[in-house]
Amino acid sequence: MTAEPLRETAAVYWRPRADDRRLTRRGRIWTLTTVAHTIPYAIASGVLLALEPLSAPLCAILLVHAWAVPALYAKRGANVLKQRPRAAAGPERTALGLLGDLVGHEARELHARTGLVTEHGTLGVWLVGESGAVLVRPGGRRVHCWCVHVEDKALPSADRVAHLLLALRTDEQGFATVANLAFSGARRRVRRRLPPAMRPALDEAGRLAARPVP
Amino acid sequence: MARLIRMDSAGHTTVAEWTAEDEQAVEAAVAAFREQLDAGYYAVVSEGEGRARQVDELPLDEPLVILRRPIAGG
Repeated sequence: MTAEPLRETAAVYWRPRADDRRLTRRGRIWTLTTVAHTIPYAIASGVLLALEPLSAPLCAILLVHAWAVPALYAKRGANVLKQRPRAAAGPERTALGLLGDLVGHEARELHARTGLVTEHGTLGVWLVGESGAVLVRPGGRRVHCWCVHVEDKALPSADRVAHLLLALRTDEQGFATVANLAFSGARRRVRRRLPPAMRPALDEAGRLAARPVP
Repeated sequence: MARLIRMDSAGHTTVAEWTAEDEQAVEAAVAAFREQLDAGYYAVVSEGEGRARQVDELPLDEPLVILRRPIAGG
């Protein structure tokens, strides 16, 4: 990856440039926030039940809240890989040809099966979709899900992926700076909420990220 | 022959083609390149897997230059 900043970072000049340390810190903050959303509901539920056993239905509602809030965040993370409606067959085929030229054989084959492309970076292994990307951090357990898209709704799906891929390759840290973080947390939590056809791509990214860096 | 292509609703469109020896084609390609940049496109040269480079001037020695739209978060 080159050090030349991505042009689009000028539009988000107030954001600190993403790097390994900042991503780790954001991940920890995200986890703390999730705990802060969950623990009070769980504690309140336990205290209520201890004080008044008849409040069990209310306790159940509180526990559902404690479960639902992190689940909704994880769903939001999985949604960054959501596919958009397809363009006509001709443009899709043409765009697929260009994307195929940009990636290697394994990534091409994975894209054909899942609609997603894996890309090695210095921050981890990326899984690039049409309107977002998931970064699997080294070790393969934590993911950062990013909302990022090209502002042209008429593009074929493979072109949308190619746009993000080229921007990512130009400046990985700039890409992570421009994109909006939708979720950070355990890979398995996002995996459960992905369409089954996409799960092998996340598994593959996790496998690649778990490899020791040479 | 080198190509300048634009990713668009057709998949991609060849905007210009040139060879270093053909001065007219080079001039036309440079003009087309500038026009696309003025229209808001960014130009990228793919440098193999994992690498790409933004360019402000048409790199005449590159076989393929790709024009892309800006990306944004959200």
